[in-house]
Amino acid sequence: MAQAVMEHPFLKYLRSAMIPNIWCPGCGNGIVLNCFVHALDELQTDLDKLVVVSGIGCIGRTAGYTNTDSFHTTHGRALAFASGVKLANPELQVVVVSGDGDLFAIGGNHFIHAARRNMGIKVICVNNFNYGMTGGQQGPTTPLEAFTTTSPYGNIEHPFNLVHLAAASGAVYVARWTTLHVRRLTQSIKKVLQKEGFCFIEVVSPCPEIFGRYNKMRSGLEMMEWFKKASSVESFSDPAKAEITLDRIVVGEFVDVEKLSYEKLLHEKISQINEKALEQVG
Amino acid sequence: MTGKRALLTGAHFLNGDVACAEGAIAAGCRFFAGYPITPATEIAEHLSQRMPEFGGIYVQMEDEIASMAAVIGASYAGLKAMTATSGPGFSLMQENIGLAVMTEAPCVVVDIMRGGPSTGQPTLPGQQDVMQAKWGSHGDYGIIALSPSSVQEMFDLTIEAFNLSETYRVPTLLMGDEIVAHMWEKVVIPSAEGIRTVNRKKPNVPRDKYMPFMPDDDLVPPMACFGEGYRFHATGLTHNEQGYPQTSSSEVQSRLVRRLCEKISQNEDKIVRVERVTLEDADVVVVAYGIVARAALSAVRKARASGIKAGLLRLITLWPFPEKQVAEIAGRAKAIVVPEMNCGQLVREVERAAKETPVAFLSKLGEDPHTPMEILEVIRRNC
Repeated sequence: MAQAVMEHPFLKYLRSAMIPNIWCPGCGNGIVLNCFVHALDELQTDLDKLVVVSGIGCIGRTAGYTNTDSFHTTHGRALAFASGVKLANPELQVVVVSGDGDLFAIGGNHFIHAARRNMGIKVICVNNFNYGMTGGQQGPTTPLEAFTTTSPYGNIEHPFNLVHLAAASGAVYVARWTTLHVRRLTQSIKKVLQKEGFCFIEVVSPCPEIFGRYNKMRSGLEMMEWFKKASSVESFSDPAKAEITLDRIVVGEFVDVEKLSYEKLLHEKISQINEKALEQVG
Repeated sequence: MTGKRALLTGAHFLNGDVACAEGAIAAGCRFFAGYPITPATEIAEHLSQRMPEFGGIYVQMEDEIASMAAVIGASYAGLKAMTATSGPGFSLMQENIGLAVMTEAPCVVVDIMRGGPSTGQPTLPGQQDVMQAKWGSHGDYGIIALSPSSVQEMFDLTIEAFNLSETYRVPTLLMGDEIVAHMWEKVVIPSAEGIRTVNRKKPNVPRDKYMPFMPDDDLVPPMACFGEGYRFHATGLTHNEQGYPQTSSSEVQSRLVRRLCEKISQNEDKIVRVERVTLEDADVVVVAYGIVARAALSAVRKARASGIKAGLLRLITLWPFPEKQVAEIAGRAKAIVVPEMNCGQLVREVERAAKETPVAFLSKLGEDPHTPMEILEVIRRNC
């Protein structure tokens, strides 16, 4: 008698040997990975031509979980590594999935320059407002007055507004969603996978075990309720006015423009130089 | 093919940086990422012009950390890749040199040594980075470092560096100095057919059986590249043969880190190169490398002319350290002289290998490297 085999339809997108994941209960990382996999499935992406790169941090484990070519870099260097991959083989779809600390503190310089060059990399940044993996320290996106293990008296550092930074640095696509906006997030991921140039999606994500614990939101549900209450979709509004506060999380698409990517310009230049060189030889 | 896209086959008058860049092209390097720094900038400038002629990539990154990361990315995407820098940039690259070691990414790092520490003396030579070459990144690992003494060797050893790096899947360092980099000399570039190039070995197993860090007998794993359908994972974390993180297994840590060291140490005999000059009957042996070896050679010849049995052991390979070769001469010589442009770095390795044989150290810092007369004087005092 034939035995029914139960297999999750998305299993082919994941490395089952690496599952279960390391993420805490209530963490939003699984939602982001889920949306990413849905987007890959809906687009029928060629997994042999997809490279997922992550830096260090909780979400940095994503590269290991996706069943594609993948690389887990040193802290902050995902975009610099990914730039080398994309330039060496522009046929590859290169996606960086990493955290706010990795991409904007230790890796901040690489971010602004990859965006400025319009390197054809798709960035999904999971913003959980703190360094989760090391136990919840204050970081470049921690809101003013928030409590963390290294801001026990309340944070006095002004946080980055990531969508404003990405737009100002030259990204051709900029969006922000929370883990509550799974359909819109999936649509955004699908969009960037089909778009040329440097694309940036910020996903505001719950970290109840660490960030929430210190800020009176002990469960994933409470954090999601905050997102629900505070978020408002204001597509193509001014990203400069989209700072995240406890009362207001502006979400939506902020930038969607066309600009030739670095790798396209570079390879066009190389072709021209080679044609010229061949003419000289001829 | 002739014209711009061809190698510059023939005899040329070049500086060391340009010779290094041409050596990279001849070796099959098709990716350069770097950041301007004296005295290595001319390598980047020359490659920004030459790389596109060969369909290769030149990219100027935002710093040396990014340059090294991009080189590893390009290597994993299948290209032979290189960066070039000097002391301050070499310090910044150490983080990702460690990543290249851990993920076994073939690549070449050129360090044109200038005076340090810190910003130091940008336009003056030094040999102050030779211990950093071995120990600069945290953790234990084996690495290969070569030391050119001439502009011709800036060309030849760049090719050799790529070949070693592809053979052993290890970052290979070309430790030049400001003088060999900026000096102009005759360089003979062979035809493409006359240049031996090595490419990393590829897996010959079905895709689903591929284990990216499963070594062959030579302790080096075959390397698939991104986009070839193997869908493999690589990480800077301690990993098993499949490439999966194993951060709490002492067995996996021991197996991996020992292999990273042993794939170099067990292949030492194939890697290490030295040049021996009148060593057979030498009472006093100068052990030198880089530009200093040129003055040492002159000093040894002068000593011979005056009846002193002197010899030169020139270290072409600095790491793995040519321990056997030094031990061999130490067994016969009465004394060893080590001139270095630092406060005493490789001399300690020489002392370790020389055991009972006395070692005289001659230190020099700043603008002028050792003169032959200065080295000759130490030879005389020790003969």
